[in-house]
This record gives sequence, C-alpha cells and structure tokens, in this order.
Amino acid sequence: MDGKILLANIDIPGIRGFDVYRTHGGYAAVEKALRHLSVQEVIAEVNRSGLRGRGGAGFPTGLKWSFLDRKTDKPRYLVCNADESEPGTFKDRYLMHHLPHLLIEGLIISSYALGVNTCYIYIRGEFKYMVGILENAIREARQHGFLGERILGTDFSLEIYVHPGAGAYICGEETALLESLEGKRGNPRIKPPFPAFKGLYGCPTVVNNVETLATVGPIISMGGEAYSKIGRGKSTGTKLISACGNINKPGVYEIEMGLPVEDFIYSPGYCGGISGNKYLKAVIPGGSSVPILPADLILNTARGEKRLMTYESLADGDFETGTMLGSGGFIVYDEDACIVRNTWNLTRFYHHESCGQCSPCREGTGWMEKILYRIEHGQGKMSDIDLLVRVAKNIEGHTICPLGDAAAWPVASAIRHFRKEFEDHVLHPAEVLSKERSLLKVF
Amino acid sequence: MQNNVISHPQFTREGKKVAFTPEVLEKVHCLMERYPEGRQKSALLPVLHIAQEELGGYLSVDIMDYVASLLDIQPIEVYEVATFYSMFYLGKMGTYVIEVCRTGPCAISGGEQILAHLQDVLEIKPGETTPDGIFTLKEVECLGSCGTGPVMQVNTEYYEKLTPGKVDKLLEDLKEYADRNKPGESTWMEKFC
Repeated sequence: MDGKILLANIDIPGIRGFDVYRTHGGYAAVEKALRHLSVQEVIAEVNRSGLRGRGGAGFPTGLKWSFLDRKTDKPRYLVCNADESEPGTFKDRYLMHHLPHLLIEGLIISSYALGVNTCYIYIRGEFKYMVGILENAIREARQHGFLGERILGTDFSLEIYVHPGAGAYICGEETALLESLEGKRGNPRIKPPFPAFKGLYGCPTVVNNVETLATVGPIISMGGEAYSKIGRGKSTGTKLISACGNINKPGVYEIEMGLPVEDFIYSPGYCGGISGNKYLKAVIPGGSSVPILPADLILNTARGEKRLMTYESLADGDFETGTMLGSGGFIVYDEDACIVRNTWNLTRFYHHESCGQCSPCREGTGWMEKILYRIEHGQGKMSDIDLLVRVAKNIEGHTICPLGDAAAWPVASAIRHFRKEFEDHVLHPAEVLSKERSLLKVF
Repeated sequence: MQNNVISHPQFTREGKKVAFTPEVLEKVHCLMERYPEGRQKSALLPVLHIAQEELGGYLSVDIMDYVASLLDIQPIEVYEVATFYSMFYLGKMGTYVIEVCRTGPCAISGGEQILAHLQDVLEIKPGETTPDGIFTLKEVECLGSCGTGPVMQVNTEYYEKLTPGKVDKLLEDLKEYADRNKPGESTWMEKFC
C-alpha cells in the first residue's frame, strides 16, 4: 500500500539508529510540537485526528487524555503499554524492533501534551532482548538533546525508562500493569478510580499502547485534520495488522482502515490467500479474545455488505454475527482446522493467565478448559455444549477486569457459529479423533 | 538473614549467604533510582531478573530474602511476586531453559509437534531437566511471535519457524556451548542501566 504512515521508512537500512532516522525526517515532529505548538494545540491535533487506542479497546486517545487530572500537585505519569501478549498479536514487537525512535518520538510529544516528566515503557519480560534496543534509542535521543533536562531549550524535561515484566498476560490490562510496575503481583484494580485520577503511585496516569503512541508523531507532522481524512468514518488512519495462521504470507501489514477483509486475506500484497489453496473456514480478526467468525460472516456482514477492516464494520451485527477489530491480531483458519481443539487451546491459555482474583474467571476458565478437553478427546456429552455456554455467560461481565470477557467470548462464539462441530465431536468421537490424529499428530 | 516461617512446597532453601558482586550491585542501585523516592519496590521485577541470572538461574529463598533486604521490603512481598510471574523459577533449572509456545497460532503451525519432538530427543517431559543438567523443557503460552511459528525461547533468544531438523541442529550447537556462559543473558543486563 502507498500511504504508509508508521511503516513508511521501515525498509531503509539502519533506520533503527538515530542518525539514519533523523536524516529521514525523524524528530521533526518533536521539534514542531515543542517549538511551535502549545500543549493545547498538540491535544487539539490528536483530537482532530480521531486516533483511537490501538491496543484493543479502540477508545478515542484524545478523550482518554482529557480525563487526566491536571488539578492536583502530584506528578503525572505516562506509561507505554508494551506488554503485547494477546495470542495472534505481534505488531508492537515489530514496530519497536525496527523503529524504536518512532515510539520515543511519540512518547516525547505525548508527555509534553500531558505535562508528564517521567515515562515508563512496560515491556513484556519475554521481549528482554528488546530492552537493549529501546535503551539504546533512549540513550541516542538523550545524546542529541531530545530527552533529559530542558529539551530543545524549552522548559520541558523528560526521562523515559524501560521496565520489563516477567511473564503474565494479565499485565496488559492497564491497572494490572500499574500494579506490576509498582513491584507487585499483576492483580487488576477495581475501577473507578480510573488511572487518569489514581494511577501509578496513586498519581494521575495515562496508559497507552505502543502503536497508539507511535502514531502521535506522524499526526503532529501531517496535522490531525489530514490524518482524519485517511481511513473510513470514525476509523481514521492506518492500523497495523499482524496476520498469522493458515495463510501464504504471515506478517505485519499497515493497512488503511476501510480495506475490505476479503482483499486483506486474498490480495498478494497482504496475506496472499490461504496456504495450500485450501478453503477459508474461519477468522479471529482482533487477537484471540474477540469472537471467531465463519468465512461467510467475516467476508460479508449478515446484511450482505462487504465486511471492512474498521472498528465499526467488524462489529456490525454485534456478537450475534459480528466481532471486533481488537488489537489487529488476525488469525486465519483453513478448512482442516478443528474449532473444538482451537477453542480448547485458547481456553487453556486464559485459564493459565487468569490472575486468580475473581472466582468466576479463576474457576470458570478451568471448568471450560476441562469440559473442552473432554469434548475434544471423545469423552463429551451433548449437555456439555450448553454447559459451556452457561459457564461462559456466568464469567462474562462478572469480573474486575476484561480477562473474564476475553475468556468467555471465544467459547461462546465458537459454539454460536460452529455448534455442529461440537456435536460431531460428541456423537462421533472415534471418527473425529482418527481424522485429527492424522491431521495434527495428536499425542 | 531472618529465619522466615513462611514455607512453600516449591521453595528452595539452601541456607547460603548470597550477594551480588559490586558491579552488579551498582546496576541494581542505578535501577532503583529510576523510580521516585520511597518507591524502590518498583525495581523488584527487574532486580529479580538480574538475581535469577547472576545468582544461579533460579530464585531460592535465600536470594529472595537478599533482594528483599536490598529493596527494604518484607520477604513476603518478594515471595508473592516470584510465585506469580511465569519467568521466575523457584528451583534448579538446566543451563538452557527451552520454552515451547503452543498457544493458538503456534498450535496451527506445528508447535505441538515441536514439543513432541523435543520430548523424544531429550527424553524428558515438560517441566523436567535432562540428567546432565543442560536442558530444561517447558511449555509456555503465547510468546508474541505468531507469524513466525512454531517458536520457542531458549533463555533470552527466540528461535522461529522451527522444524524438527532445525531443533536438532540447535540442540547440538547449544550443547557445545553449555560449558561457557549462557548466551545472551549477561549482555541483556549490561545494556539495561
């Protein structure tokens, strides 16, 4: 695609280093913001751009910033959520690995707008090797006067620190992340109070995703108005989509919002079609937490319109016939994929990652995993299918944080759209198992 | 060191006196200064990573108590964190900890077969260590590398697009270096502060 915004310069050799990045227009946005724009003007540009959170929820970034409590004397914090752990999602890793300075630039401008002097990048522990890349970028930015005291001769000072997690999906939830950053277990907090009032160390805090913050620089460069004209409707701009599963070309793609899902799957510039020329069976378009949709519903909405890669179009039909854009973790399943096995696999993930604070999630995810295990292994009963639906319903909305919902939706949607496959597992276990053994070499 | 009454079936208590070298200690203090005054507990996760790497590859009670004293917090505050996060090990591990992803997308691309192959070759089950103490095999959830599956992490390094052949070659290479330092680990800490 022409008109890439985040990944426009990704193929330039050495772009990870400061000098090359700078000669290709890097840090011009920081200069523009700090030298020529007031805090209010930066916020206004972000508001005008229509930028929405790229971590999964899609909440308008400008609006989130506007909640920040600016009345107290306490310090304010910006925390960059780099705890990318949602199965199917690997866009932030790609971005930080190749373009660390794009993130640093976004952090400087956002901190300026929010009146923040200390910013933490909370990165998942497994990405330890990335700590060196980010620390190096921070060091380079400091050497060139873009970090530290009185940046570019203004009154604005900023320090950025990298903070590694230690292996916990739940720390991607913003309040669990803050707990973890304070050196505690990653148990999500009850909201309200929201982090905008009581966040890190009880101080006003904004937590934003890597991709969201990296987009702030380009928005300042091109202007919020120009950014808002890209994309479609309320889904403005571009989005990084990490595509994986049974496709010819897995990888991270920057798409303009509004691209038809069908084009994304089959165009040679993106996923390049289903591998082995098989049929498309299903897609989870926004990371493992969002509802799975069968081929007909992911390509076209229930009303017969072409499904587009936007927040609104993917959600068309709500959960009955729709899903969510989520984090952009696009998982594709071909005709041979076993939905029961896949659902069992994902439920095991949520059971493992539940922090254990709320009973519905702690117990419910375990029950769902057990029930799915026995259906998948030929020991299921017909009543198990409705039992799963009931357990999922009893988890959803009954927990402190959205992990409960995230665990319930894949199960509920798999049964909603692929009930027959669950029934087949119960009715013809021998047949299903032998087929899968040859297919997946189950052991 | 105080004698703690708290016990845990997975805890290892060795009664050894542990301490960082002066160089490492300097790094730890540098890390602690990244957080506001009185919030030095924030450095707990990074310091535990360093402790695990520098002091033998896992967190014994002695090490956890030592870290608590450095950060001026209660030992229980360290225990609860060490038992919560999956990257902290409470008992002896092999020189190389092989963590195989088999969540969703990795399962589609053959993560389970890679795990089975490793079990065959190493003749151990997930959670076990080879008798020579070189390899520990672990299952992990999503490593965030779904487009290049199957994937596994060996200590800090990612190995992607795995095949049984690639795994065999890697195991041979790793064995050759097993008597030296763990690759990757100390360089990570050098860059850190």
